[in-house]
Amino acid sequence: MRSRTVSQPAMSFEYIMWMFTRISGLALLFLGFIGLVMALIMNARNLLDMPTLTRWTFFPNPNHVVNSNIPDVSQGWANAYWQIMEMVIALFGISHGFNGLRVVIEDFIGNTFWQPMIRGVIFLMWLFFIIIAFYVILAS
Amino acid sequence: MALSKNAWLSGLRYKGGGTMITWLLHRIGGLAMVLFVGFHIYSAFLTQQFGSNVGVAINTIYESSYFQIVLYFFVIFHAINGLRIIILDLFPKLLEYQRELTWLEWIIIIPIYGLSVFITIMRLSANG
Repeated sequence: MRSRTVSQPAMSFEYIMWMFTRISGLALLFLGFIGLVMALIMNARNLLDMPTLTRWTFFPNPNHVVNSNIPDVSQGWANAYWQIMEMVIALFGISHGFNGLRVVIEDFIGNTFWQPMIRGVIFLMWLFFIIIAFYVILAS
Repeated sequence: MALSKNAWLSGLRYKGGGTMITWLLHRIGGLAMVLFVGFHIYSAFLTQQFGSNVGVAINTIYESSYFQIVLYFFVIFHAINGLRIIILDLFPKLLEYQRELTWLEWIIIIPIYGLSVFITIMRLSANG
């Protein structure tokens, strides 16, 4: 069995989102890895239990580590660096998720009258969640 | 073909094998995560800005260990399976071995998930 060869696809919306899904997926794994390693460098072994470390790895928000032995989260665990990290993760994560929702829905409804409506609704949901996520990140 | 009464049964009998199950679990897990992360952001916003009871009510759902055991499976599976998909897309020659890679994927997932479940159950029994 040989893998089939296909010609270079044209730059369409679908192709760009296909690429984005792969790139953002890799980026999210990498960003989670950075959060995990940085937490361990900041003495997470003695300060956090494993569920707290997992929460921090998924999303490095200071609210995720308040129930721990960290004496003061403002010393290293809550600053502009982590806020930028959180915003990048939120942007990649929410876009990856809502694009996935769009792909699954469009697999079921096909290319019908409803497709642009669904795309509009998903775009508005994406925008809503980006805005409130950034609001929460910048206010916490 | 018209949808017969036993369409779901023939769907289960579809011989897609292990790789089809990963495709299905990838989609179900992805949708579950969109739902969870959406509710989580929403409840964080409500709790932080308004101290709302709705936010607290949603928090108690996903702070439950039973919820977390299911969620851990979806997150770990989606991450490792996504990595497999990316690797196969980058190196299409490996598609020949995708059955073996799917088994390798389960070999990686089961210990990580098993450890997560073990720690969650230990905490559940310690905290009551």
